Amino acid sequence: MNRIPLWMLAAAGVLSSFPALADTDLQALRAEIAQIKQSYEQRIAALESRLKNAETAAPQAPARESSKSTFNPEIGLTLQGRYYRADGDGHITGFLPAGHAHGSERGLSVDHSELTIGGSIDPYFRAQANFAVKDDEIETEEAWVQTSAIGHGFTVKGGRFLSGIGYVNEQHPHAWDFADQNLAYRAMLGEHYGHDGLQLKWLAPTPFFLEFGMEMGQGANWKDRKDPRSRAFTAKVGGDFGTSHAWRAGLSWLNVRASGREGHWDDANDVEAETLFSGRSRYTIADFVWKWAPEGNAKYRNFKFQAEYIKRNEKGSLECEDNSADGGACPAGNITDTYRARQSGWYAQGVYQFHPNWRVGYRYDRLSPGQIDFGAGFNGVLAQPRFTPKRNTLMVDYNPSEFSRLRLQFARDKAEQGKTDNQVTLQYIHTLGAHGAHKF
Amino acid sequence: MRFLFVLLASLCVGPVHAALNIFSTVPEWAALAQEIGGERVKTFAATTALQDPHHIDARPSLIARARNADLLLATGAELEVGWLPVILRESGNARIQPGQPGYFEATAFVRMLEIPGRLDRADGDVHAQGNPHIQTDPRNYLAVGEALAARLAQIDPGNAAAYRAGYERFAGAWRERIKQWELQTASLKGVPVVSQHKGWAYLYDWLGLREVATLEPKPGIEPSVAHLARVREQTMASKPRMVIRAAYNSARPAEWFAQTSGIPAVVLPFTVGGPAAENLTALFDTTVQRLLKATQ
Repeated sequence: MNRIPLWMLAAAGVLSSFPALADTDLQALRAEIAQIKQSYEQRIAALESRLKNAETAAPQAPARESSKSTFNPEIGLTLQGRYYRADGDGHITGFLPAGHAHGSERGLSVDHSELTIGGSIDPYFRAQANFAVKDDEIETEEAWVQTSAIGHGFTVKGGRFLSGIGYVNEQHPHAWDFADQNLAYRAMLGEHYGHDGLQLKWLAPTPFFLEFGMEMGQGANWKDRKDPRSRAFTAKVGGDFGTSHAWRAGLSWLNVRASGREGHWDDANDVEAETLFSGRSRYTIADFVWKWAPEGNAKYRNFKFQAEYIKRNEKGSLECEDNSADGGACPAGNITDTYRARQSGWYAQGVYQFHPNWRVGYRYDRLSPGQIDFGAGFNGVLAQPRFTPKRNTLMVDYNPSEFSRLRLQFARDKAEQGKTDNQVTLQYIHTLGAHGAHKF
Repeated sequence: MRFLFVLLASLCVGPVHAALNIFSTVPEWAALAQEIGGERVKTFAATTALQDPHHIDARPSLIARARNADLLLATGAELEVGWLPVILRESGNARIQPGQPGYFEATAFVRMLEIPGRLDRADGDVHAQGNPHIQTDPRNYLAVGEALAARLAQIDPGNAAAYRAGYERFAGAWRERIKQWELQTASLKGVPVVSQHKGWAYLYDWLGLREVATLEPKPGIEPSVAHLARVREQTMASKPRMVIRAAYNSARPAEWFAQTSGIPAVVLPFTVGGPAAENLTALFDTTVQRLLKATQ
């Protein structure tokens, strides 16, 4: 880059032609010229490199560290609606239901919309709230705060939350693989069990997944509980087989004290009795999930098998509220007597995704009303049915993207004695905004 | 009973702190950390080159791994948004939570491309912070590696000098390789190509390849045959020389496009562990070779 200005050369030439000038002056001048030349070269080089940089570097900056959404908190709205055709009213023979069940309105309905708000509170806590919005009610399904800074595998969650028992219990309806909950949960847990309380979880430092959980609280969805006297213990273990298989198995115990838990009981003549149960409910739940995806790439094809077994032992007193004058099963003056039941139920289901957008699934439900002892006072009014509720369900869903799902489901429901109910559900589930990552 | 003993034994021993435990969401950062840290680090990659890094299940095994990690390496720019938050939350590990020194996002240290002007899910699987597939440009490993070496030094100050030296060693050799790859690929400058997924912005930026179309109608959405036919109609005029897909992508769209238009389909490894890409060097050797072969 020899671009010495002409005038400089000329000047240098003129100067050097004056021999009268002292050698020292000449040297000083030469040094000065060399300096000027060098400085020019440097400036030109700098300019050229700046130009080159500007050409290659688009005016874009490195990404900031990403949190789950660019705004805080994350807000998501799940919209669900369906067309539902059925003959029966969803009764399950031989079980005193526990807690509420999401509606089974026939025809067209916006099932319920779910509003979820969550995010980090500060470096120490995160929180999430989940509201189920229906025509004239807003139900707080979850509202909890969870620690994120304890470490050593410990997390503590407090507030209202879905209990960690079983597998499907923590899932919200939009995450179910079928349009409705399995019969065992519906009959014994009221779709799912949540409480207002505290949960402590510890993940063991093992090379495979091993997690223990402890909960205490008071039934939230079952509004009839007064004291924080429900307890739950969970143990879960899981891992991989090769790159294509993953599994998780769990064992949970739940001990709840109910006081005046509402339910209905259909007597032998299909007349309904309103009941209130007070006493102790003990649950044992075993769950197992296995997932397969070729090379662990679930995008194109995958299979999921899931099964749970629930055993419920109840002991306490039962009050039959209705009187026959109102058309109920119990005679005037109400009846209160002892109630003992040892019951169980299970389901198993498989869902196969055979295309990035399509899944098919099959589920089998079976309940065992087991041994029910009504006190002598219920003689001739309420009796144990000799009946095994069952249900077969088939579903197919189409998922244009991970945020939308359309589902068609057909169920042959034999949960109510003497009835075979063919149920058809056409359902949509759409998620707007932040969509929290789902658990395994 | 035996199970219980094994369990108790493993609980008592607990995490062994011989080497720094690094949990990487994708194989490339695990490989980079290994290059820099050598035997001082023990790396684990949560995914393989045959898995779509956007769609990973938060498997129990991953949660167990994250539980004992000293450092979590993620790509960031929302690549792992569908699964990493669950793993972080369930891990009970305070060291690797976002904001902690044990949480490292590679995209925070490189120049991002394809930052969308508007954010709307109608545009498909868009990433607010730009295209997250930065690992397809070898130059990015220098910037990420330098930051990673500094982070390793911060977490494990006793070995700070070794991490620095490890990076210098890697960077010296890597710069040489980049020069060679650039020499080999001079002929690729300006060559028009079709991609299956928008996963190659950085590779194209580096080699000067020109993306004339993508097969996916929107990022992350599988193309139908009708859509593929339309793309073919529209792009044949620009004479693409090849159609490129990653090893984890379904083969069908690219194969269909290749067969019906008579241009070669090229499967690139995309990351370490892909076909003929057992390490970082092989990743780019294979990438360069396959691109050159397709243009011959």
